Amino acid sequence: MNRFAYHAPQTVDEACALLEQYGDDARLLAGGTALVILMKQELVQPGHLVDLRRVSGSMRGVEVQHDGLRIGALMTQRELEVSSTIVEHLPVLAQTLRKVATMRIRNMATLGGNLAHGDPSLDPPVALVACDALVRVRSSSGERDIPLDTFYVDYYETSLQPTEILTDVLVPNSAPRSHTVYLKLLPRSQDDYATVGVAARLTLDESGTRCADARVVLGAAGSTVVRARQAESVLLGQDATAAAFREAAAVGRREVDPLSDNRGSAEYKRDMAEVMIRRALLAALAGLHGS
Amino acid sequence: MSIELTVNGQHYEVQTAPNRTLVEILRDDLRLTGTKEACSIGVCGVCTVLLDGRIVSSCLVLAQMADGAQVTTIEGLGSEDHLSPVQQAFIDHGGFQCGICTPGQIVAATALLDEIPSPTADQVKEWMTGNLCRCTGYYTIIESILGAADAHSRATA
Repeated sequence: MNRFAYHAPQTVDEACALLEQYGDDARLLAGGTALVILMKQELVQPGHLVDLRRVSGSMRGVEVQHDGLRIGALMTQRELEVSSTIVEHLPVLAQTLRKVATMRIRNMATLGGNLAHGDPSLDPPVALVACDALVRVRSSSGERDIPLDTFYVDYYETSLQPTEILTDVLVPNSAPRSHTVYLKLLPRSQDDYATVGVAARLTLDESGTRCADARVVLGAAGSTVVRARQAESVLLGQDATAAAFREAAAVGRREVDPLSDNRGSAEYKRDMAEVMIRRALLAALAGLHGS
Repeated sequence: MSIELTVNGQHYEVQTAPNRTLVEILRDDLRLTGTKEACSIGVCGVCTVLLDGRIVSSCLVLAQMADGAQVTTIEGLGSEDHLSPVQQAFIDHGGFQCGICTPGQIVAATALLDEIPSPTADQVKEWMTGNLCRCTGYYTIIESILGAADAHSRATA
């Protein structure tokens, strides 16, 4: 690991000022589970490490607001997984976090770090895109909210500027008659990255049978989180049936662009994307029916 | 720079470069070599310690991340004369062969039983995910942990 200067700002403003000062040569440290590995492998060699862990207050906590949840970016994944507020108001996030790596990692890794890492194989971004989540980012020049859907640019690349800090995750309330699930295909070991991950959100209209809205989102299926918009549009206005889900899944498989690696060939992953989209939609429907 | 930490109840002040990890400090500076390092990328679980009561991979904890922390290592769980219940159970049930992964297994299992005193086999498997062992095939590890839980519930019944 390279030598670096260590900074421990006490406030977000101080952290922003350090990023202004050191620019590209600075990296933010939260849980460290991704960054420390990259530094050990000398893939990242920052001259300055800005540790967010001593920043007080604002980047922590979970708040129920009138229009949704605000989650502090420094919350660890394990804290959120067992948070009664998350379990009650955003169960799909608790269920998704339970599938991330191991408890040792979840005890350290933060939600904000996970979202900002930009690795398309991670689980929480997939589930949170399906929930229409936004990330709030701050720099010395102000604050902006970015829909997570548009946040990812390429492998390990997000629309975050070097001077910006992801401070909060905002998850709007879901529509009535809506259910969201995340399925993770793990043919190897429990703590592995997904071979394919799929989040599906199904929202039924007042009749309780037709799809008023849908999200179909995939991880480990391209250079970013993939939102399968054509698969979603297949479902709109259709009865929520196994036949409709099969049709959407067949469309969705053409929207992914996985890489061949030791978790399978690109063709295998495309096949599995189709299977997992179908299963995720079925699971979302089962959730709506309370089974 | 210097950091202060408490390891197994004992307070230490350590002079260290910031680019060192907790497992290096434990082993090289404090000579607590019970904690092992193997994969060095947070996967194998061999370097598991408790950091402020939670299991972590000490190979991913930068020196500063341990500043002010309470750390518990395998050396803090029992002594040669007085093994902890989990240590005794690993002997009774043959929960190890070569022993390299054992300190991490026992620290992780101890944290499990602190949180869930009478876990099911499924809870043991979920909690212990990522504490890898290349010798025993895991069954005796699970038996050891369930055995320690039984011994504990008998002792407190």
